[in-house]
Amino acid sequence: MKHYGRFAILIAVIFGILGWLAASGINESKTYYKTISELKTLPPADQGKRLRVTGDVVAGSIQRAGTAVRFTICEKKPSAQTLQVIYTGKDPLPDTFRDSAQAMADGKMQPDGTFHANSIAAKCPSKYEAATGARAPVQKSINGKPSSI
Amino acid sequence: MEVLGALAILFAFCLSVYAFIGSVVGALRHRPYLQKSAERAVLGVFALVTAASAVLVYSLLVSDFRLAYVTAHSNRAMEAQYKIGAWWGGQEGSLLLWSWLLSLYSAVVVWTNRNRHREMMSWVVATLQFTQIFFLTLNVFVEPPFRVLAVGRGVQAMQDGQGLNPLLQYWAMVIHPPMLYLGYVGFIVPFAFAMGSLITRQRGDAWIHTTRRWSLITWGFQSAGIILGAGWAYAVLGWGGYWGWDPVENASLLPWITATAFLHSVMMQEKKGMMKVWNMVLISATFFLCIFGTFLTRSGFVSSVHAFAESSIGFWFLGFLTIGIALTAYLILSRLDYLKSDTHLESVLSRESSFLFNNLLLLASAFAVLWGTLFPRISEMLTGEKITVGAPFFNKVEVPIGLFLMLLTGIGPLIAWRRSSWESLKRAFRWPALALALTMVALAAAGVRHYYAVMSFGLCAFVTTTIAMEFVKGSRAIASRMQINLVRAAFELTHRNTRRYGGYLVHMGIVLMFIGFTGAAFNQDTTREVKVGDRFPIGHYELQVKEVTDGDTGNYSWQRAVIAAFKDGDYLGDLTPERRIYAASRQPTSEVAIRRRLNEDLYINFAGMSETAAGQAIVQVYVNPLVSWIWIGFWVLLFGTLVCLVPGKVKLAYARTGVVGVYAKQSAVQK
Repeated sequence: MKHYGRFAILIAVIFGILGWLAASGINESKTYYKTISELKTLPPADQGKRLRVTGDVVAGSIQRAGTAVRFTICEKKPSAQTLQVIYTGKDPLPDTFRDSAQAMADGKMQPDGTFHANSIAAKCPSKYEAATGARAPVQKSINGKPSSI
Repeated sequence: MEVLGALAILFAFCLSVYAFIGSVVGALRHRPYLQKSAERAVLGVFALVTAASAVLVYSLLVSDFRLAYVTAHSNRAMEAQYKIGAWWGGQEGSLLLWSWLLSLYSAVVVWTNRNRHREMMSWVVATLQFTQIFFLTLNVFVEPPFRVLAVGRGVQAMQDGQGLNPLLQYWAMVIHPPMLYLGYVGFIVPFAFAMGSLITRQRGDAWIHTTRRWSLITWGFQSAGIILGAGWAYAVLGWGGYWGWDPVENASLLPWITATAFLHSVMMQEKKGMMKVWNMVLISATFFLCIFGTFLTRSGFVSSVHAFAESSIGFWFLGFLTIGIALTAYLILSRLDYLKSDTHLESVLSRESSFLFNNLLLLASAFAVLWGTLFPRISEMLTGEKITVGAPFFNKVEVPIGLFLMLLTGIGPLIAWRRSSWESLKRAFRWPALALALTMVALAAAGVRHYYAVMSFGLCAFVTTTIAMEFVKGSRAIASRMQINLVRAAFELTHRNTRRYGGYLVHMGIVLMFIGFTGAAFNQDTTREVKVGDRFPIGHYELQVKEVTDGDTGNYSWQRAVIAAFKDGDYLGDLTPERRIYAASRQPTSEVAIRRRLNEDLYINFAGMSETAAGQAIVQVYVNPLVSWIWIGFWVLLFGTLVCLVPGKVKLAYARTGVVGVYAKQSAVQK
């Protein structure tokens, strides 16, 4: 039985290290979920925090300027608050990111009221479920020609 | 037709309830006829669910757009393999696939054990059918796949369907869900035997021996499913990576980790009669994590990039999990007396101890994944604020665990059972330690300063050396005894103890995959807005956008960039990334162009034409070193798993004698 002491020490050391890594990993990457309305009244203390905000992309608002992409997201009714987002991340925007898609932006709030995102995830209506009910608004064809349906 | 299908699953449900009650009552009252009849009912359930699935697939193939499911997940323009793939393209259909696989497995179990394990088979059937009833309940009452589109009175057919999500129209995505499900569902079989063994208070390891192949096969399917998903993400999603620690990905990884722990720790029970309770807990955890993963991906419990359908079926899953876990916990706790260990740990320097740490680390890694995945929920419950943790958290915890596990992979095979002396350890680890040191020094000298990467490559060299030594040593002994050459001797050696040497091959596959993962430390990427004709550099490549063309196929319209790649001035060829917009779903997709080579991949995504600067194409370029080794490693892993499944030439009796703890002697007696 005397060996069990050694096992206990080894196990404690391993889990201690892992626990410490986990705690610092959480601190490094924790991101707070906020709604658009909450961002509008964000306390100054939260300015520097990493935030995640979700909203629907306002149709026609997506603009590419150089490698940055600007767009506006809005809350679901009734409040219909909007937020200007500037995406400057290096990864390509997901294919599902388009007008009216639900977008999830990670980034920080700027003093001028815009949201600087470094990563964007977009939910297509679903990965496995095609949109039920209303179709997504017709998007212009990729090459400007009307596409045949 | 749809009426036939709906009736078939309804009857299957009734029959499944009968099989459950029949086997429980038959076992409690000792009625062999009732037990037998319940087993026959299991075969009937399989036939009926097969019929229902056949009806659904037939409806998809003939594009029967009266059915809501067919309309939502298929269209006329789709190729036949994607029409079949639409079976698991949606919630209702994929749940039917779950049911079907479960009924298939149950039927195979009943058939192969028709003359064996009579005392516990009834309880095995009861466990299987308990789960089957749950899934058939979902099929019949909650998510019926055979709903028809009714407008007013009468049935209305649509002209064309909405089609399968174009992102899913890719070969790996057609086989990824069935592979993963084969793995998910498969773990119910070892779990059912474990429960059967517990309920009938068996002392032996019959449940482990009889389900060893099941565990391996389903583990293989699960590995294949996960890697196919990663390969699909890499080739289709266009962000240059293959793993993002998304909840859905984590859900598939969790049971794989506990299953891996289980495959290792059953060896301890077979050889030493230890860790019996632990194995029960592990197999139960694996099974429930499979169910939990299905729950996680379908209920919208945590938000994920891959938003699946959010529906109310989450409550059904939670209910099933609660009942199942409570019953299992009760069974294990009430039968602890039958699960006592035959022997105890003796030394920190022993193979037992390396198995123990392997298990602890795997479990810690599973726990970290679970914790990170559920963190938004946990933090919301504790602090009221929803906080999410991202990839940095997972990488920070999982990378050291992975490296530590790699170290154990190298140590395990060379360390003696019971106890090892420092002297024998020194002898055994001379060469592997040298390989480790040389690799690390060489990399450091070459200017690599990425700490983890240096360690990872060093450990890969360490494990490779131990595996090579094991093969060479064994083959030499056989070669000299049988007078054959080394290569034939290596085959002979593997054939004699497939389990051991197949296991080494699996380890080798993992090593190769680690080499591929480590390459990510040296990834380079850039996003450029370039005029047609311009050149720009990335890494030691230079790229030139030659032209941008467009067209329309009817199914989708496309725009394609033709990009010439140069390396050190030499022309390598053209890459043609493409953007498409599918007509049916109006869904844009990008088709990335990848130049795959063993040393690195050149990966180009064409993001479209700039809207502010006319004639400028936006391209994202990634240079991903060593990624190909992940896929190569996977094939080695799969091959190793297959080797493990081949019956060994020499029947190994697991005599519970203490192996003498001297390394040299131990390696000499292995046959």
